[in-house]
Amino acid sequence: MCGICGCGSSSKSKFSPLKPHHHSHDDAHSHSHAHETHGERLIRVEQDILAKNDSYADENRAYFQQHGIFALNFVSSPGAGKTTLLVATINALKNTRPIFVIEGDQQTDLDADRIRATGAAALQINTGKACHLDAHDIGHAVQTLQVADNSVLAIENVGNLVCPSSFDLGEAHKVVVLSVTEGDDKPLKYPDMFHAADLMIINKIDLLPYTNFDVARCIEFAKRINPDIEVLQLSATQEQSLGAWLEWLNQH
Amino acid sequence: MHEISLLESVLESLEAQAKQQGFQQVKQVVLEIGALSCVEADALRFGFSAVMKNSVAEHAELVIVKIAGQGLCPTCQQTVLLETRHDPCHHCGSFGVKVLQGQSMRIKELIVI
Repeated sequence: MCGICGCGSSSKSKFSPLKPHHHSHDDAHSHSHAHETHGERLIRVEQDILAKNDSYADENRAYFQQHGIFALNFVSSPGAGKTTLLVATINALKNTRPIFVIEGDQQTDLDADRIRATGAAALQINTGKACHLDAHDIGHAVQTLQVADNSVLAIENVGNLVCPSSFDLGEAHKVVVLSVTEGDDKPLKYPDMFHAADLMIINKIDLLPYTNFDVARCIEFAKRINPDIEVLQLSATQEQSLGAWLEWLNQH
Repeated sequence: MHEISLLESVLESLEAQAKQQGFQQVKQVVLEIGALSCVEADALRFGFSAVMKNSVAEHAELVIVKIAGQGLCPTCQQTVLLETRHDPCHHCGSFGVKVLQGQSMRIKELIVI
């Protein structure tokens, strides 16, 4: 039970918000009908299982729009380089556009510490046994972190190419990061994530000569799943390779 | 195992329904699961009794109705049955079939007493 908003969620995060936020309630109504005997009734519910998460996500999205916050949800398998990319992005954008970071990991504050070392504000959410962040976590985290108006909010999801694809957080875009050490067939193996993402960043591109990763094949597979997906290639450890990514951020 | 999170959402919804509709016990839960949704029916079945323990739906029967995946081919404009998101159109072989049906995960109906 969430003690803050009384929303009944078993919130897994270990922080408290500074101020309460409003949650709307599902107004989906159902109908009951007499059913067979023994006092049994049939109730037609016809409700999306993720309805509650989606209503929190809608609230987050409305909040981001009102406050000019550009929210990105970074997803990948563990070790694809999300945190390194965020650190490099913060350093590159320093003094031009404020970035706030929400870090999702099952355990430890290590990633948030790496972000804070750049001077940016970061909040770590430990999901415990859960394998994804949900929109309820994010609603609280945004208040706790006091995300400034007209900033970029980078949400680094738990490293997992499966579960986070189902959970809308209210972000403007999901950005899937895939590194060349992982294999070019990932889009076909984890189609839901590549379908949900608007941008695919192929990371560690400097390591390409040491792998058998086929960039064209990877992009072709991703576009089979999602013909509209945009693709960028970079290496988060090579500052000079970040140009197209920074330009993408600038244009959004 | 996000199936457990999904089942927890189902349970929250059942408890809300119990208050609204004034029932004590759920005998059967019918979920509608699309073939292209990212949830595994077997994992739902596996976790169902554990999540529903000590709730209005303890001992409830879980029925899963599968909804076939269906899409529209952007090239030949025909309707296509899809088993996965990356199936090509079986009429013309094109990829990029736009999914129309089969992504849903819904609580369809309950039998309660």
